[in-house]
Amino acid sequence: MADLAVEVRDVWKFFPAPRGGEKVAAVRGVTLEIQRGEFFTMLGPSGCGKTTTLRMIAGFEVPSKGEVFIQGEPMSTVPPHRRPANMVFQNYALFPHLTVGQNVAFGLTIKRTPADERKRRVTEALELVQLAGMEDRRPSQLSGGQQQRVALARALINEPAVLLLDEPLGALDLKLRKAMQLELKHLQDRVGITFIYVTHDQEEALTMSDRVAVMNGGIALQVDSPKEIYERPNTRFVADFIGETNFLNGKVTHTDSGIAQVAVAGEQVKSQVGSDEVKVDQDVTVAVRPEKLAIAPPGKNENHALQGTIQEIVYIGTDTRYVVKLTSGETAVARVQNLSGRDLEEYNAGDQVSIGWRPGDARILTS
Amino acid sequence: MRKNRNVSFGFIYFVLLALFLYIPILLLVVFSFNDSRTLSFPLSGFTLGWYRELAGAGTLIESVWNSLLVGIGSSIVATILGTMAAIGIIRYEFVGRGVFLGLSTIPLVIPAIVLGVALLIIFRQMFDVNLSLWTVGLGHVIINIPIAMLIVASRLAGFPDNLEEAAMDLGATYWGTLRRITLPMSFPALAAAFLTSFTTSFDEYAMTVFIVGTDPTLCLSICIHNFGSPGICRSLSHWQLSSWLVLS
Repeated sequence: MADLAVEVRDVWKFFPAPRGGEKVAAVRGVTLEIQRGEFFTMLGPSGCGKTTTLRMIAGFEVPSKGEVFIQGEPMSTVPPHRRPANMVFQNYALFPHLTVGQNVAFGLTIKRTPADERKRRVTEALELVQLAGMEDRRPSQLSGGQQQRVALARALINEPAVLLLDEPLGALDLKLRKAMQLELKHLQDRVGITFIYVTHDQEEALTMSDRVAVMNGGIALQVDSPKEIYERPNTRFVADFIGETNFLNGKVTHTDSGIAQVAVAGEQVKSQVGSDEVKVDQDVTVAVRPEKLAIAPPGKNENHALQGTIQEIVYIGTDTRYVVKLTSGETAVARVQNLSGRDLEEYNAGDQVSIGWRPGDARILTS
Repeated sequence: MRKNRNVSFGFIYFVLLALFLYIPILLLVVFSFNDSRTLSFPLSGFTLGWYRELAGAGTLIESVWNSLLVGIGSSIVATILGTMAAIGIIRYEFVGRGVFLGLSTIPLVIPAIVLGVALLIIFRQMFDVNLSLWTVGLGHVIINIPIAMLIVASRLAGFPDNLEEAAMDLGATYWGTLRRITLPMSFPALAAAFLTSFTTSFDEYAMTVFIVGTDPTLCLSICIHNFGSPGICRSLSHWQLSSWLVLS
């Protein structure tokens, strides 16, 4: 318990509906345990409740039910200005009437830190974000990326227990965003502060985070390491939202020590059982990543049961995508890396092929 | 070449616009040095006589002083109250917000004469206070609050919405945020609200005539000067009021 930087315990948030009527639940019983020093990301589409949850940790929203703890202390009666958390806002929220130096010093000014110490720490904070010597500029004179760094410095200078980041890279262009992703991660390693990050960008989440909470409809569907989230999604939503996934519908015919046999398109395929137990005759979905799907000449064998026709071949540089239409009418996508020595003309559109996977690379999802 | 022509066209347009706006005021200054009773061309000669006469016109100077006093005082009060109302309306959700906004802007569209009569009744009949610059000031505060509130509210609504949250997140209390962020950032609007209120107050005649006591403001002095007595000015207003009532 003592090692938790933030604990969100069964938190709900209702907002009044725009025109009276039923209240809208933005967050439905979210529970998160965030370790000290962790880079934790809440990932989900807009409206999934990730920002509302972050704002409840910051104190801008009060949970309708449940409790937020920061360093073990319940926060329900603590206003934002007395929480040991600082936030980096989506649009940076720099004070336009103050200089960069005054912006960064704001927290210390409020705390009446002596002027010489304040000056020293502002210099340090600006060095940390590679903006040394920019004290006297106005925020409006800086580029988006620089403003972003000022916002970071302004939050970090207060040495918070937790840094909350609300889609801080959303407004930057792709290249800068990628650079800042790594920079943020390195910065977090250096300062050792717990980061709670909100984004709808799955790549961003996977790149930076120690753990990710995938959220949808106000619920945290899965909380795991990026690798677990990608390799072992527990729901169809998670599998679909993170990366690309083929979903094949079928009925369980046999289960044996974590591997189930499923009838898909009239054929028997094997797949690892997911987080939920399955029974024979249950309708399930088999989820396979395109890069785990292999293409072979037609003909059945243990791992290549499904037959189909190549509908489309898309060359995308590092990989080639094969869209295969199965005999059942469903389509599946296989993604094959263009490795050295591989013959790109191996298959043509219209070719009969079989597709398959190793049982451990597919997962059975029930929801 | 073409660019140059455009620039010169723009410049001419600008000059014409500036002349249109400011010639009346410039003429007033020019005529103030003109050695003639009538405000007409040609100018007949340079004189400082009007200024000499003004220096001797004690009641007129006193009325200017009264106008300034009431104008500044009522504008300060109206700006403060208007700002408070604006913060309430823009920053908080509460039951009846729309109704409150509507009610608080109604004085803007009530003819000043009607307000004047209403205030006169309240001051004299209901509370029996003596009319004075205080009652005039109170009246001006009433017409200036909606002006100040609307000006400040438009500024607050245009704020990036999370600056105040950011300040609180960085440790500022509500009042600290108000002092360090909200008010400094609204300063142009506060100044505009004050100046607009002041001008309105300085100009205000129709209402003032009903609730002023024995200390006339500038507008009233000019009326009295032109028509002879305060009574005529008041009946003039009564006539305006009744014609307005007939028309509406």
